[in-house]
Amino acid sequence: MIEARGLTKRYGRTVAVNDLSFAVAPGKVTGFLGPNGAGKSTTMRMILGLDNPTAGTVRINGKRYADLRHPMRQVGALLDAKWVHPNRSARSHLRWIAAANRIPVKRVDEVLATVGLTSVAGKRAGGFSLGMSQRLGIATALLGDPGVLLFDEPVNGLDPEGILWIRQFMHRLADEGRTVFVSSHLLSEMALTAQDLVVIGRGRLIAQTSTREFIDNASESAVRVRGPEIERLHGALAGQGLTVRDVPAGAEGPAALLVPNATTEQVGELAGQLGLVLHELTAQRGSLEQAFIQLTGQDVEYHAGSPAGPGGPGGPDGPVGPVGPVGPAGPGGAGVTVPPPVGSAAAGGASVGGAGTQGGNAR
Amino acid sequence: MTLLTVERIKLFSTRSPWWCMILATALTVGLTSIFAATTKTKDLPDFTPDVTQFAYNFGLVVMMVMSTLAVTTEYRFSTIRTTFLAEPRRTPALVAKGIVVAGLAGIVGEITAVGSWGIARLIQPDAPLALHSAQEYRNVFGVGLVYLLASVFAMAVGLIVRQSAGAIVIELVYLFLLENLLPAIPRIGDHIQHWLPFTVGDNFVVAGHPHHSDGPPVIDGMPLGPWGSLVYFAAVCVGLFVIGIIFAKRRDA
Repeated sequence: MIEARGLTKRYGRTVAVNDLSFAVAPGKVTGFLGPNGAGKSTTMRMILGLDNPTAGTVRINGKRYADLRHPMRQVGALLDAKWVHPNRSARSHLRWIAAANRIPVKRVDEVLATVGLTSVAGKRAGGFSLGMSQRLGIATALLGDPGVLLFDEPVNGLDPEGILWIRQFMHRLADEGRTVFVSSHLLSEMALTAQDLVVIGRGRLIAQTSTREFIDNASESAVRVRGPEIERLHGALAGQGLTVRDVPAGAEGPAALLVPNATTEQVGELAGQLGLVLHELTAQRGSLEQAFIQLTGQDVEYHAGSPAGPGGPGGPDGPVGPVGPVGPAGPGGAGVTVPPPVGSAAAGGASVGGAGTQGGNAR
Repeated sequence: MTLLTVERIKLFSTRSPWWCMILATALTVGLTSIFAATTKTKDLPDFTPDVTQFAYNFGLVVMMVMSTLAVTTEYRFSTIRTTFLAEPRRTPALVAKGIVVAGLAGIVGEITAVGSWGIARLIQPDAPLALHSAQEYRNVFGVGLVYLLASVFAMAVGLIVRQSAGAIVIELVYLFLLENLLPAIPRIGDHIQHWLPFTVGDNFVVAGHPHHSDGPPVIDGMPLGPWGSLVYFAAVCVGLFVIGIIFAKRRDA
């Protein structure tokens, strides 16, 4: 159990973490999500007592980290896999940490076996690949068999095999009833790893919710439908009380209709009853990245020029738009003013280009 | 005790401390043996125990570098963070490091001192090298204590600067330039010299000894006696170390 209350960290005039309050529950993986520079690592360092908060408190199992006796038996952390003396062997590295918390030496060999480093235990850690360093970092975190685990961007730079390994590993730790708090700037990764999310942007809390809910709320679904008799289709759908939007022909494809909050079954059956030919019927969903950006849009550190082309009329003030190449941003959003499948009107012209459909959009 | 074990494992599980210890011993004992072997028979009456320690500054500098690195490499590779994760109370963690590293420097200091003296006796059995007076014992065995305290000084600089090259440069510039140049200031230079820590620390070893052409320089008119000098030197080194700990506690790791 980790509880942060009003956690604040200032560096001179820069506020890295601003009045952050959240709780991390045991028995599940909680993701700590935010763009780069949002204050995730700073928060993690404050949880572990490495950085002194300017204001606020954070407690682990009801105590400040500094007040824990043999802290590594209660809290394991992997903040940076490179926090190792390069000329010390993996085994010696773990041995001194174990000694500091009166952890028996045989536990060192156990954790080395757990992460699969037994064969290189005597080798100098400086020669380790990133994946091996990461495993050594995890071994360090597990050394004291702690009930609370923190990982900062554990999959950064890992190959797919390593990512999968870490993901499964975290699930296993949570299933054992431990508190697992893992930070990432990749929502797609968190969607697969975490059950709960703490989302921050520019040091402020944006949301604390379950992952499922976060994604559902952030990205509503819509059905894209297209056929030769598009006007009849429009009328029929509107007759059912559904909202229908026209999508003019563009780079995205020929003219089509977009029906928010409908299912493909509904639309398909209706078309069948009327004997209408359909050329396309797809479920669309705003991408996770898009959802993430909509929530953190105002809170990213840097604002690049809109990557989505001219941006569309609703553009300039929209919270979205910045932040590099967003997901599979559709085959060119070129100024098509598609009302976004996402509910929020504030999303404006930003979600142009059927932005990153998960259902795939016929191409 | 636990923390001492931790620092001992840390210190001896990398190779550089071993190299520093070997280098310190080889430099001092080696130079002394060359000195002893080339001493002419007519100069033998002047070959007293303090002369065998003429090279102790070489070993001292090497051990100061080792002590600095024991602190700064922890910052360089961020293992200081792991250290503070394992022991969030920073004062005991750093004091333990101080004890282990300075203790080792002290032992190495004694080894170099006794080694230098011993090899001189072996090479020149006819020289007046036997230890009789308290002063002669200090000439040889006192060297280890100077090593120990200089190591504390070096770790303190490491804690404040947190960067290997910077800390070592500061130490060397201070030791070899400032302590030698400040006394050259007219009128007040001599008074300053009497309170420069390493000069005073050296006074503990050489105090009361007559002037020689060889051996560590003896400075006249030092206000403190040998043990007073040692206490003063210790106060400066430990004081600086306390400042280093305050810095480490205040700063984010």
